[in-house]
Amino acid sequence: MQILKSVVGRKVFMAITGQCMVLFAVVHMLGNSSIFIGPDGINAYAKHLHDLGPLVWIFRAGLFAFVAIHIFYGIQLTLENSAANPTVYAVKKQIKATFASTSMIWTGLLIALFVTFHILHFTARVTPGIVKGVDALGRYDVFTMVVSAFKNGGIAFIYVAAMCALFFHLSHGIQSFFQTMGWNTDRTQCTISTIGKAVAFILLAGYAVIPLSILASALIK
Amino acid sequence: MSEHNANTMNLKLHVWRQKGPDAPGKLETYDAKHVSPDMSFLEMLDEVNETLIKTGIDPIAFDHDCREGICGMCSQVVNGVAHGGQERTTVCQLHMRSFQDGDSIFIEPWRARAFPIVKDLVVDRSALDTIIQSGGYTSCHTGGIADGNAILIPKPDADYAMDAAECIGCGACVAGCPNGSAMLFTSAKVAQLAALPQGKAEAAVRVHAMTEALQGCGFGNCSNHYECQAACPKGINVKFIAKLNREYLKAALN
Repeated sequence: MQILKSVVGRKVFMAITGQCMVLFAVVHMLGNSSIFIGPDGINAYAKHLHDLGPLVWIFRAGLFAFVAIHIFYGIQLTLENSAANPTVYAVKKQIKATFASTSMIWTGLLIALFVTFHILHFTARVTPGIVKGVDALGRYDVFTMVVSAFKNGGIAFIYVAAMCALFFHLSHGIQSFFQTMGWNTDRTQCTISTIGKAVAFILLAGYAVIPLSILASALIK
Repeated sequence: MSEHNANTMNLKLHVWRQKGPDAPGKLETYDAKHVSPDMSFLEMLDEVNETLIKTGIDPIAFDHDCREGICGMCSQVVNGVAHGGQERTTVCQLHMRSFQDGDSIFIEPWRARAFPIVKDLVVDRSALDTIIQSGGYTSCHTGGIADGNAILIPKPDADYAMDAAECIGCGACVAGCPNGSAMLFTSAKVAQLAALPQGKAEAAVRVHAMTEALQGCGFGNCSNHYECQAACPKGINVKFIAKLNREYLKAALN
């Protein structure tokens, strides 16, 4: 397949897989926000997801495949780009490139490390100190697990820092998706860039508010 | 004349010197004295070279031809920006009035794997020719001169194609790109020809051939930094890269 080797084709695969992960991140954030309803909210949400049975595993397998494709092409393209520009200028000024656009591989690496930790922490629940249990209705007590975890300042910091990395990654990644798919014009470019940054910020705020509010309430008490 | 002398500047130049493609290079420092603000950047280098020749030093080699911003030969990164950073200006049209007395100026060649250094500030940009040779043309039968209005082209399409055709092939997009990518250059030709009836017939073959040639020449991939547009002395817009991507996907899906 020529498209899997081409300069455009590989970027298209990166863009589509990346954008699917953005959609997942939005849905996941909305699901997480049920924690503000209380134990009944997030515990019921978790039970509903687990009751989907095999569908959950099919979804997880698909998502894992998307992550793998995104990481594979991300590393491959970055290595090729470094090889194409091996000599550094003595003086170099950036005019349009941003911290977000030039650090995609590093923010991506941080997100990958975080996702690994997050799965071990809240999905597999194998990290030290994690509170495992069931509520009065026999459901996984996700509420107590999350609240007790984020009372630890270190854990809360890891989650907020990872969401900052996600913000930078997506503030370039979302608008980049539209350019790579060929949907950008000079009229839409500015709007798409602003919308991309806004979505990235909403995700940062939506995710970070959970550890920050739990930690703040613990510190106030 | 005396007024001009009062306005002249003394500058410190840090110039990349490299004897040949495989020789090691380094920045050498030279004084440029009594530089008139009315001089172009290349005239200033001519003056410095006169002084270097008189003192027995090999003059600084740099590419140039028309010196009026249309041939695309001049290729210098001045103070970290391709062509010196004045909007829509090639380095030959950059004038010394942009600088202040006592300034230090760093002058380097285009840097990219696909542009090997020939000598000092001269690089081999024939990789851009290779990309054009791979598909940056339309095939047509020779014969009598076609009637001017035989093929109707809507004005917006003609304007769009003309905007893309403004590319002078200087390579500043590659020099400015953190990935050493020639995507803006390639996209300008793909977009120009795909917008016109004469070019549409071969659009699918062209976009494949030209992107493959781009890859084969050792250029990097586009990651949408848009430094290319900022560096381009002709203001080629990154919308043409989106157009190339669109043309590629159209060709791949058909």
